[in-house]
Amino acid sequence: MAIIQQIIFLAILGIVGWLVFKRASLIRNTILLGRDEDRADQPAVRFATMLRIAFGQKKMFDRPLIGIMHFVVYAGFLLINIEVLEIVLDGIFGKHRLFAPFLGSFYTFLISFFEFLAVGVLVTCAIFLIRRTFLKVERFQPSRHREMNGWPQLDGKIILLFEIVLMIAILTMNATDTVLQEMGSQHYTRTGDFAFSHFLKPVFANWNETSLVIYERFAWWFHILGIFTFAAYVTYSKHLHIVLAFPNTYFSRLTPKGEMNNMPDITKEVKIMLGLTEAMETNGEENAIPERFGAKDVPDLSWKNLMDAYSCTECGRCTEACPANITGKKLSPRKIMMDTRDRLEDIGRIMQANDGKFVEDGKSLMGDYISNEEILACTTCNACVQECPILINPLDIILQLRRYKIMDEAQAPGAWNAMFQNLDTNQAPWKFSPGDRFNWADKLRNEV
Amino acid sequence: MAEMAANNEIPEVLFWVGCAGSFDDRYKKVTVAFVKILNKAGVKFAVLGTEESCTGDPARRAGNEFTFQMLAMSNIQVLNMYGVKKIVTACPHCFNTLKNEYPELGGNYDVVHHSEYLQQLINEGRVRIEGGETFKGRKITFHDSCYLGRANGIYEAPRHVLEALDADLVEMKRCKTKGLCCGAGGGQMFKEPEAGKKDINIERIEEAIETGATTIAVACPFCMVMMTDGVKNKEKEDTVKVFDLAELIAQAEGL
Repeated sequence: MAIIQQIIFLAILGIVGWLVFKRASLIRNTILLGRDEDRADQPAVRFATMLRIAFGQKKMFDRPLIGIMHFVVYAGFLLINIEVLEIVLDGIFGKHRLFAPFLGSFYTFLISFFEFLAVGVLVTCAIFLIRRTFLKVERFQPSRHREMNGWPQLDGKIILLFEIVLMIAILTMNATDTVLQEMGSQHYTRTGDFAFSHFLKPVFANWNETSLVIYERFAWWFHILGIFTFAAYVTYSKHLHIVLAFPNTYFSRLTPKGEMNNMPDITKEVKIMLGLTEAMETNGEENAIPERFGAKDVPDLSWKNLMDAYSCTECGRCTEACPANITGKKLSPRKIMMDTRDRLEDIGRIMQANDGKFVEDGKSLMGDYISNEEILACTTCNACVQECPILINPLDIILQLRRYKIMDEAQAPGAWNAMFQNLDTNQAPWKFSPGDRFNWADKLRNEV
Repeated sequence: MAEMAANNEIPEVLFWVGCAGSFDDRYKKVTVAFVKILNKAGVKFAVLGTEESCTGDPARRAGNEFTFQMLAMSNIQVLNMYGVKKIVTACPHCFNTLKNEYPELGGNYDVVHHSEYLQQLINEGRVRIEGGETFKGRKITFHDSCYLGRANGIYEAPRHVLEALDADLVEMKRCKTKGLCCGAGGGQMFKEPEAGKKDINIERIEEAIETGATTIAVACPFCMVMMTDGVKNKEKEDTVKVFDLAELIAQAEGL
């Protein structure tokens, strides 16, 4: 019997490991479709940023109460994984509470500590679920934010429900375990009561040994299968941030928020036009003129923009701070990130169906997912960039889409074309003669 | 600048006036106020005059990189020709572009915004708040410009300048890192807003009026336009005034 359980466990572990690996590879491959961008400089600064923002969750504490609650779930998740390691090893070797004999009374303390975390996670997730369902937090409402319709809204709730159920499984498993220990049931290593599950013992007090063993085994399997399902589910969910927040903060921008990336290809052209370099000097590089200015689809964006998209938790802090969104414009920075990810997921499916190659499907991020009206509403105020708890930069994507629309498709609003024309001819965005630029000083001269 | 260069003089700082400061009737007053402050403080400064062009900020942010780089390159040629080291400007958009975006194109200067420069002049005692209007008890609220604040992390300098006026400084609900844009950045200044239920400057002006401030201090020509329009829209021109930091300092100095 035990050996069959071990075989089943190993088989499931293998399948889940394979599924997660496949998904992770696909995500990685779609991210690598993006343009090259060097984000490996200043490793010490990057590491410190990651420690502060991802590990220490500094930006989550901008809203202290939510910050603390999120930290409880995060710390619980991180530390309970140590217990999951024991459970997995138990499953592989057909043991029960493998670490208990080695750790003695410290083991009981450790599990009690994990139970403390589990209760924390359980209570917090319950509060979060109630908040999501009944409190009508504005940024989660599909009626107000169209990108939250359907799956994204459900996804947020599924994750919370998942965690609640898993925590209940672990606590009741421990309770039945300790009841069985007291019965002197074979196989159940004596550890003594744990801090929280012993309050649940009365629930199981009148159960006979067989029912208890069945429940304990059921809870054990339910919990570990739940964790496996969770691991696979996460790769499809907004919950991927639990992993990607770390690399995403590490590779985040270190330059001032106001700085917009230079386009070296254009610098080359402009230098030739201004006679600063001879066209001859760039000989041999003539073919280096890019196929496209700006970004039409996700492969035109940088790999970091794409990692941003997979890292997004859809919390909507960006959109909540966006002046365009606040005043009812179509732009939502969160939607920009979600659209980018949706496009990546679609491309991922195309790649899977074509031996890992991306075959054009006649669609593109700009146009089929994101409309011109959305990107035209952006004031480049950086509020979305400022708000993101894991340093995602929606503005960088918006700018590249604009560059495509303006330079490649030459589709600027009329007023912008007039502005460009003024800039080209008068070196000012308004229709003033460059010769009048110093006239403001006339008044001063008269006074003197 | 050309005159100074011809006389082999080296200015302490180059004052980058910007397009709004040169052409916009309202913002020309800020230019004049700032120049008066500099003159009184005895700062030896230069301007490029007709040799100055737009930094290219609105073009780059609208997505027109060609126009941006054309303007940037010719500005850099002029600035480098005169060997300019230090630049001060009253426009956060010019400031951001000159400071952060010109280095990659070959223009390396020490660029400061006039809020920082004024703070420095006040700290050094070169600007003394005396001889003019008193601001004691006047309620002032400062509207953060995105390109000064979030874009470059400058939140305190303009506030220190206002504190020097001894006025009653009140904050809007959304301020500093949370400051709400006036609605003009990213090229919006030069086109109609996209369809929505409200204009951004109206949303912002309501917040400013809520503070009970009689003066809205700004440090950006675009914010100046948007906030002034907002005040007009709310028909509060008689009770709420919009001023740039430099104008307030000039008033306090009696200039």
